[in-house]
Amino acid sequence: MADVNRGNRPLSPFMIGPYYRPQMTSISSIMVRITGIASLGSIFLAICWLLAAASSESAFNFFNGIYGSFIGNILMLAAAWALWYHMLGRVRHVIWDFGYCLDVETSEKMGWGMFIGATALTVLTAVVFLIF
Amino acid sequence: MNFLTDRKRATGLGSGGTGAEHHWLTIATSISLVILVPLFIFTFGYAVGHSFEEALSFYSSPCIAIITALCLVGSIIHLKTEVDEAVEDYVGGIKRKLTLIAVAGFCYTLMAAGLFALLKLAIQ
Repeated sequence: MADVNRGNRPLSPFMIGPYYRPQMTSISSIMVRITGIASLGSIFLAICWLLAAASSESAFNFFNGIYGSFIGNILMLAAAWALWYHMLGRVRHVIWDFGYCLDVETSEKMGWGMFIGATALTVLTAVVFLIF
Repeated sequence: MNFLTDRKRATGLGSGGTGAEHHWLTIATSISLVILVPLFIFTFGYAVGHSFEEALSFYSSPCIAIITALCLVGSIIHLKTEVDEAVEDYVGGIKRKLTLIAVAGFCYTLMAAGLFALLKLAIQ
């Protein structure tokens, strides 16, 4: 017989802190979630810019001035890092979901690959925009 | 004593009521990110910092407008699955239901606003 427990199920416990030692696998996975939620914020800001461009020149100049400033560029690079990281992290999840690379050693290597890869891609992005 | 069989519960697609649909959507949209993220970063990054006229002519190109529309809608669909999962992990009961509806409202508003802006930029 199937157990019938409708509702009253426990939520996912928040284990980071005193109960759970930070590891490459857990931290890299948590970062996928953080960068995912942050990226929705980045998309929101991008849509603000697009709406401003579609509205008027003065609205466009306001947003474009902020995003195009030095600090704006640094924040856009940070947003790019989050997007790159999330993309790589999701690729790792797809690899796992298809049943490959599930051992701890390879998972940890992929975690390092996500941090290093996202940073390398962000540097590449900055270089591309500096040149073109 | 229960009278529900395992077969009967599977028919209802599990405790979430949607079976593996959410999981599959996350996998499929994750793969799409590999194409959408580079396209978005390089097109949007190029447009920001240029003048108003340059931005207008950039987004009036059909290719750029279509790429940006795909990037916005595709990434929002993916990120919605991401936020939904976070909500389901840490919020329960009626708060979960209301939060999920609020997240959906925010995401669909973003999609509509983004597509409207692109349409206006593309055809004006």
